[in-house]
Amino acid sequence: MAMNFEYRVEGGDFTHAGYASSQVKKMLKQLGVESTVIKRVVVCLYEAEVNIVAHAWNGVIIITLDADNILMKLTDNGPGIADIELAMQKGYSTASPEVREMGFGAGMGLPNISANADRFVITSEPGRGTSLEITINLNGNAV
Amino acid sequence: MKVEEICSVTNGELVCGNATADREVTHAFASDLMSDVLTVDCSNLLLITGLANLQAIRTAEMSDIDCILFVRNKSVTPEMQNLAEELGITLIKSPATMFRASGELYRAGMKPLF
Repeated sequence: MAMNFEYRVEGGDFTHAGYASSQVKKMLKQLGVESTVIKRVVVCLYEAEVNIVAHAWNGVIIITLDADNILMKLTDNGPGIADIELAMQKGYSTASPEVREMGFGAGMGLPNISANADRFVITSEPGRGTSLEITINLNGNAV
Repeated sequence: MKVEEICSVTNGELVCGNATADREVTHAFASDLMSDVLTVDCSNLLLITGLANLQAIRTAEMSDIDCILFVRNKSVTPEMQNLAEELGITLIKSPATMFRASGELYRAGMKPLF
């Protein structure tokens, strides 16, 4: 049976950035998931959560967990990404100086997610927002 | 290297955590860029950073880092300390620059990641 969890994220709220990722980490630990898998999950989720805080107006994270996989869907209302291929390149970023002062915005978030996810789909509509679907197998198998 | 020795080598002050804990930190990574920290794959790691904000603590949490050394006399806010205590992360602050702290720790036997 699948479990679902939902978290709301506010753009610009760096005080709470990482809360959802922290909650998911605690939950996976309680479920006894292997620590290397937990780390891949939370690195993906944290980078994606920070992206909403850094770039969007607000967003929603929906976590679906079953015995084999964790699916993380992040949907934001924001400016969107005009050129996804460019955004996926290491070092490319449109982050503001304020975001860079927080230790992010160096164009590494999306490549980090891609490197850690078993399956990663990103879609965006400029002027409307961006959606990410990140899947990681909890048992170390291919998705 | 134990927390006590990290403090001694960097002239650092323990902000929270247990200085005499038996836990050994074997490797260190110095960066102000949290996305760089999130690429690191190592346990028993010390994060050396000049980035003193809540996201440094959150990044350590996500990266399974148990100990952070803040350099250049950066202030640790009560919110940062509370979160670190909740997560069991040891915080140290040092007046040294990142270069000096890294150099002194390396000389004392702390290993680089690569």
